[in-house]
Amino acid sequence: MYDKGKVITGIVLFVIVFTFPFWINVGKANIAPEPKINPEVAGKVCVEDKAFMKANHMQLLDEWRDSVVRDGNRTYMGGTGRYEMSLTNSCMGCHNNKAQFCDSCHNYISLTPNCWNCHIESKENTNG
Amino acid sequence: MNFWVSLISAGVVVTVLIAIGALGAVPALQVIFGVAVPMLAVLIFLAGIIWRVVQYARRPVPFAIPTTCGQQKTLPWIKHNPVESPNSTAGVVARMALEILTFRSLFRNTAMTIGEDGPKITYGSTQWLWLGAIVFHYAFLTVVIRHMRFFTEPVWGLVHLIETFDGFLEVGLPGMMLSGFALLAAGGYLLLRRLAIPQVRYISLPNDYFPLFLILSIAASGILMRYFIKVDIVAVKELAMNIANFKFAVPEGIGVLFWIHLFLVCVLLAYFPFSKLIHSGGVFFSPTRNMATNTREFRHINPWNYPVKIHTYEAYEDEFREKMVEAGLPVDKPLDEEATA
Repeated sequence: MYDKGKVITGIVLFVIVFTFPFWINVGKANIAPEPKINPEVAGKVCVEDKAFMKANHMQLLDEWRDSVVRDGNRTYMGGTGRYEMSLTNSCMGCHNNKAQFCDSCHNYISLTPNCWNCHIESKENTNG
Repeated sequence: MNFWVSLISAGVVVTVLIAIGALGAVPALQVIFGVAVPMLAVLIFLAGIIWRVVQYARRPVPFAIPTTCGQQKTLPWIKHNPVESPNSTAGVVARMALEILTFRSLFRNTAMTIGEDGPKITYGSTQWLWLGAIVFHYAFLTVVIRHMRFFTEPVWGLVHLIETFDGFLEVGLPGMMLSGFALLAAGGYLLLRRLAIPQVRYISLPNDYFPLFLILSIAASGILMRYFIKVDIVAVKELAMNIANFKFAVPEGIGVLFWIHLFLVCVLLAYFPFSKLIHSGGVFFSPTRNMATNTREFRHINPWNYPVKIHTYEAYEDEFREKMVEAGLPVDKPLDEEATA
């Protein structure tokens, strides 16, 4: 083998960089997020079913924002009934803790939604 | 080979692979598709790359054949171009870096055209292939770095930063990442180029179309599951972190698109070292790029030179002196001198 030193250095660097997911996570507990909702509302249903909300809540909230801000329409007819379109009042009535609900998944998959550019977390909820 | 044969055979193989990947959605097979196949693919990739690189490193370079387009170092009043015609390791590193990071030699691509007004040949600079290639490679790199959000917890700042730049348009929900679409567009361009230019189509083989189809399918499945047919992304990260931790549990209900995407990526990894894609490792071993242009300063010794049996003139004359003198041929040392010496 020619240029042994350089070639072996290159191979070692390549292997270290390529396998970083394996050694960077050594000894770290891999805990998947478990979003928590207000325990008092256990058993209640969301505005749409869970699978739909899990996949499409961002689009739904976006539609709500446009509907409220641009058309002044605050009533949503969901699959499970009639709701007021409001992040702070409707959503966060049950999903009352941003850190334990929203952020738990969003941080896990590196998402920073722009909800909180305008909305603020209400103080009583952050303590819960 | 007829290009339809190449095109269709590569297309059929990728279609079959997509169908196989879809089997990952079957719960009983998830340990195979979610753990065994990715681990095997990573092992084949690593071992294959090392094997290929060692193979390259074992090949001797018999001649100094650096290609240059600059003035070699010579007399002091002639201006030397230290990057295009480097005579030092630092210059070679600079040229290599430009080659690898900016595809410099591809940028010099020329196209021959015959003028419309008479039989006049002109060579023009053409950078379309360079543009397609550089967009393709950097978009792919960005996509790969963005995927590191699945392997780091907490997610690295660098990944956040790249996502911020990649999604700076803030269009759509989930926010559009430019790199995915750039990858698809550039890959599509490289494919169309192969099909549209007759000379390129003529030399294109199934192993040119196959990686393009594979990468285009990977990009398309990724875009589909990010924006349109959603998969359970939290479960995807759980699986990725499980594999990284050597905990082989597969979360349920991820979605069939993810299994197709993952399987195609595994095929790409396993195929990589044994295909044209190994140019990523081979570029470091190109003698035309990695040799210094110091051919006037140093003699390049061919490593496979063996000692040649030689017969000098002196030895020849010693052997045949008597016969040469008899025949009246001139000799360096006269006969009697040899006798007396």
